Amino acid sequence: MVMIRSLILESIGVQTWTYILVGVSFALYIGIAIWSRANSTKEFYVAGGGVSPWANGMATAADWMSAASFIGMAGIISFAGYDGAVYLMGWTGGYVLLALLLAPYLRKFGKFTVPDFIGDRYYSNKARIVAVLCALLVSFTYVAGQMQGVGIVFSRFLEVDYNTGVIIGMFIVLFYAVLGGMKGITYTQVAQYCVLIFAFMVPAIFISLQMTGNPVPQLGFGSELSDGSGTFLLDKLDGLSTELGFDEYTVGSKSLIDVFAITLALMVGTAGLPHVIVRFFTVKRVKDARKSAGIALLLIVILYSTAPAVAAFARTNLIETVSNKPYADVPQWFKKWENTGLISFTDKNNDGLITYVKDESVNELVVNRDIMVLANPEIAKLPNWVVALVAAGGLAAALSTAAGLLLVISSSVSHDLIKKVFNPKISEKGELIAARLSAVGAVCVAGYFGINPPDFVAAVVALAFGLAAASFFPAIVLGIFYKRMNKEGAIAGMVVGILIMLWYIVKFKFGWLDDTIPNKSEWWFGISPEGFGSIAMILNFIVAITVMKFTKDPPEHVQEIVENIRIPSNAGNAIEH
Amino acid sequence: MTNKEKAKAYWKENIRYVLILLTIWFLVSYGAGILFKTELNTIKIAGFKLGFWFAQQGSMYVFVILIFVYVHLMNKLDKKYGYDS
Repeated sequence: MVMIRSLILESIGVQTWTYILVGVSFALYIGIAIWSRANSTKEFYVAGGGVSPWANGMATAADWMSAASFIGMAGIISFAGYDGAVYLMGWTGGYVLLALLLAPYLRKFGKFTVPDFIGDRYYSNKARIVAVLCALLVSFTYVAGQMQGVGIVFSRFLEVDYNTGVIIGMFIVLFYAVLGGMKGITYTQVAQYCVLIFAFMVPAIFISLQMTGNPVPQLGFGSELSDGSGTFLLDKLDGLSTELGFDEYTVGSKSLIDVFAITLALMVGTAGLPHVIVRFFTVKRVKDARKSAGIALLLIVILYSTAPAVAAFARTNLIETVSNKPYADVPQWFKKWENTGLISFTDKNNDGLITYVKDESVNELVVNRDIMVLANPEIAKLPNWVVALVAAGGLAAALSTAAGLLLVISSSVSHDLIKKVFNPKISEKGELIAARLSAVGAVCVAGYFGINPPDFVAAVVALAFGLAAASFFPAIVLGIFYKRMNKEGAIAGMVVGILIMLWYIVKFKFGWLDDTIPNKSEWWFGISPEGFGSIAMILNFIVAITVMKFTKDPPEHVQEIVENIRIPSNAGNAIEH
Repeated sequence: MTNKEKAKAYWKENIRYVLILLTIWFLVSYGAGILFKTELNTIKIAGFKLGFWFAQQGSMYVFVILIFVYVHLMNKLDKKYGYDS
């Protein structure tokens, strides 16, 4: 019986498995969307405010972990070694800031969006509009990358045309975001977390067992190799890397100050991203906001602590499989991924062997870093269903993040702009229709960017996190912890922060201000555009406090708002689910 | 204690917790994982150099613990001041 079953399982190809798993997961998301339709603006924007800490934690984790975390991160670490820690620490450490400095107070404040807080706390529609523009800029840059992720997964695993893939993804997101708003998104994200974490962990555990005999990847990559040599995996990898001319894996090559600055910019940016912050408006009480930040981080760290293990396994595997091996004997996966252009080989010295070294004039192999997760199960010769699982997981990661971002975009338009600025008299029903229409509009724009990716998508990390760090984080923290902070200071700080961040990216990342991208030696304090968010944030703080000193104190009722949000009790009504 | 004094005392204790926890947050990530990683890398536990381990594993575990410690401390503090309704 067992034999027959395993025979059947093996006879089903990767392609069929992928259709089955992706199909089942999509049906699940649609089912949840129909079950959790939104009937009021409160349900549409913040799921009625009655989400349990565990559900919110899972939804936050799925919201947070994007196509970049799922597909890209392990690959980046694989090639960056120690330097990859900037993403690991940066994208998790921000949750400590969120839990301690932002989430509980924003929940107590109890409105729907980040611009809501900025607009009310700084008693100014100007401040609100600046915040809306920041939210839109950050979210659109970010969402374009997600739609691209959807297209990539579809085209590589299902051999569907890239554009068709993006359009299928658009329809799925459209369906549950428009129908269910935050409520629909929350519960699909809970399901998406389960899919993506399962899809990430299964291959990781298999590979850890194979290479080190330890089923826990986090321990496995600090263990001895199971080939009987008695060598630790990381020592072996350090040795292989230096042999081929690469930097020692556990040491890295970025300067200390840049590692410091990038980590800080990513942490602060994480805490300032509107689609993450808004998730904490959805829980019932202030104490639930704190708790669900902890749960979210725990669930995120399960994946994030596995990624560096996967990175080390994949890197070792890759080098051992290809380095100095005859091209004629390469395994099947090599050929398959060669067709997609993710791996390319040119036999420069015509010896028929694959020379893989750092020196670019001699190196013959170019490997796209995404392959480290996408092809990992095949490289490790895992069963077909595991290979297919990665596709379903990648889609879950991309769709859940896209949906969260689309909600921020649609609520910025319908709530912050239409309701709060242009047409305050709009009815509840009218606002809900406006919210749904803006969600449709946002999906179309996102899809357009997914199909025609603008040049700046490559710089998306630097831009989105840098802008969030440079604008929202200081304005919100000062708004809570500094009662005297006034609108003049906050607006000046945000404007200066964003402008200098944009200028730095345009100059040093895009090279639009000079004929070419300026040399690294011209970076301020040796800090890369990715890390500049930390400097822009500090400037925001300095400008805000200086301007405040020369302008008048905020009015009495605003100081009362601040005193009120510092006390956790009476956080407003919630709609039971 | 008047309501205002109570709120002030609560806020002061909260700030103290936040400062202590953020100091630890800074020490494990920016300290052990970045500034002192070279020194810590001379210490090895199983296959891990310690500085590398803090940067790619340890700091993340500490982050999770820090949030749950804060949750616990604040729940107690809310009770103490009667803000736990």
